[in-house]
Amino acid sequence: MTSKSAAAIDRARSQGRSALIGYLPAGYPSVEDTIAAGIALAENGADLIEIGIPYSDPVMDGQVIQAATTEALAKGFHVSQVFDVVAGITSRTDAAVLVMTYWNPVVRMGVDEFSRRLAEAGGAGLITPDLIPDEAAEWMAASDKYGLDRVFLVAPSSTAERMQRTVDASRGFVYAVSIMGVTGARTSVSTAAKDVVAAAHGAGAERVCVGLGVSTAHQVREIAAYAEGVIVGTALVAALRDGGVDAVGALTKDLSTGLTQETGA
Amino acid sequence: MADAPSGNADNNTAEAFLQGGSLRHAPGPYFGNYGGRWMPESLIAALDELEETFNKAKDDPEFRAQIADLNKNYSGRPSLLTEAKRFSQHAGGVRIFLKREDLNHTGSHKINNVLGQALLAKRMGKTRVIAETGAGQHGVASATAAALMGLECVVYMGAEDCRRQALNVARMELLGAKVIPVTSGSQTLKDAINDALRDWVANVDNTHYLLGTAAGAHPFPAMVRYFHEVIGEEARAQILEQEGRLPDAVCACIGGGSNAIGIFHGFLDDPSVKIYGFEAGGDGVETGRHAATITLGKPGVLHGARSYLMQDDDGQTIESHSISAGLDYPGVGPEHSYLSDIGRVSYEPITDSEAMEAFRLLCRTEGIIPAIESSHALAGAMKVGQRLAAEDPASAAEKIVIVNLSGRGDKDVATAAEWFDLLDKNSAESEIGKEGEQL
Repeated sequence: MTSKSAAAIDRARSQGRSALIGYLPAGYPSVEDTIAAGIALAENGADLIEIGIPYSDPVMDGQVIQAATTEALAKGFHVSQVFDVVAGITSRTDAAVLVMTYWNPVVRMGVDEFSRRLAEAGGAGLITPDLIPDEAAEWMAASDKYGLDRVFLVAPSSTAERMQRTVDASRGFVYAVSIMGVTGARTSVSTAAKDVVAAAHGAGAERVCVGLGVSTAHQVREIAAYAEGVIVGTALVAALRDGGVDAVGALTKDLSTGLTQETGA
Repeated sequence: MADAPSGNADNNTAEAFLQGGSLRHAPGPYFGNYGGRWMPESLIAALDELEETFNKAKDDPEFRAQIADLNKNYSGRPSLLTEAKRFSQHAGGVRIFLKREDLNHTGSHKINNVLGQALLAKRMGKTRVIAETGAGQHGVASATAAALMGLECVVYMGAEDCRRQALNVARMELLGAKVIPVTSGSQTLKDAINDALRDWVANVDNTHYLLGTAAGAHPFPAMVRYFHEVIGEEARAQILEQEGRLPDAVCACIGGGSNAIGIFHGFLDDPSVKIYGFEAGGDGVETGRHAATITLGKPGVLHGARSYLMQDDDGQTIESHSISAGLDYPGVGPEHSYLSDIGRVSYEPITDSEAMEAFRLLCRTEGIIPAIESSHALAGAMKVGQRLAAEDPASAAEKIVIVNLSGRGDKDVATAAEWFDLLDKNSAESEIGKEGEQL
């Protein structure tokens, strides 16, 4: 089965670099702004874009993203608007656009219905922070039916057995959580990230992307040395909060300088 | 002691499913379509470790002896089974018996679970426990267990609840716990659970999450039930000893559902015993301001389990409302969702007003101040008694209803005094009660 995420990562690889993945929450500060910021991400070097669905109980998110998604909900964001965001970005860029969502909004809409609409909007697939393969039977079926990528997470705490199961269940790429914690910028990326990526590769994953805590081009460069992709979230949300769409573009451009190893640092 | 025949229809599917085997020891992770582990991968290893430790411990005579010793010599178990003769006159004249969890150390059933989990934390080599709390009852119980066993304790509590329950915050701090006010999301119990989970992800190496109810990801629902099963086992033995027969009905209040699953456990396999769970109906289920999760919720996933859930059309969690902080939770333990679907337990809402009337009645007729949570079970028992009497007036006086009196009402005096307008308008207490009422 073809994978839009894998194709985007492979395109970066053919250019001799890792892929950059940028996260933005849908509806923050408005649906139109999310689309504009997503386009700015793509035009300034992001290969994949991760659109988060604001949710009432985001247990894997730190304060910056919580504040943004809480604001989006307070302004009346509805889950179905995420498809407008995805379509708005995919119609104007070549970036692969994934949706990052806690599982209950998908359950509520219906897994099949949600998947159908995501595929229709041109979406690449889902990143599911609170869905493990053990509970994902319905999603496995729907993602096969609609040709969507299913990006599960692996963590420093994942056992070899769980790593294998998660790698086997994933399509597109595997999301390696760099540290034990929630989203949020950190001054350094833990050495655990490298071990998680190695374990995922060892289990047969061809594409592993690292997220959580990454906020600078320097950190991007560190991770790009051993992973196929680097995921940045909180730093982009803070840039959007403080400087609008232009700031997202500028930060993306800066982050993308870390993707290649030969830039003479 | 032959089981009494089931007098009527509303639980009569019980016999059909009982042919499939016992309901009492459902091990999880699934209860029918409910339960499971809807959790970040980062926490799965910790849940596996907890499950393995728990499974070994419950088969270990030494662990069982430790629990039995703590229950007897620390908590003060067995708790009494008290006949409420004067209160019974307001319940159709049936005989009401109270399972006196209010007499336990720390004043509620919560102590059963925290002692068990704190022992497991020690077995896992964890040095720190974290807990969520609404009004503070589980936080106080957790701080108590942590003090007893020499564990560091951090309690997450909604910022608004901290203000409303300043004395319970002080109580936790006296016991050596650190209380962290939660300012994220709606700043209530569900957000306290979210922040506790965020803490757990970051500190799982040395930290056990001491979840306070029979909800959450496997193994929590089955494990928390296990530590509360003593309630039902004692109640069953006590009523058989005192009256020579099983009760006609058992009643408990339901927030997350830990006290209820504990007492239900003793009677689930007795088809003649009708079982009732009473949810918080708040201002009335028709107002939207309630916490009647099973009555009006829809299945979804929250805090690690699939269960009934108060949610909007987008799957966003809806704020619950109840005068009782301990029932003010938009989710419910997955085993209750299953027991509702198969018809073994009937779940019904009780409004704030009905609960407070039962609260007042128990105070005046029995000299017992119940927790407002437990008052929902008392109000429900009054309805059950009146129904039993209406069906068969001649035998009403022979019917037996057991109510789990899950906690005492000392913590609720300010709220009750305000409700019944007992405070001088200029008193400091009046201010506290009034502010508490506004939520």
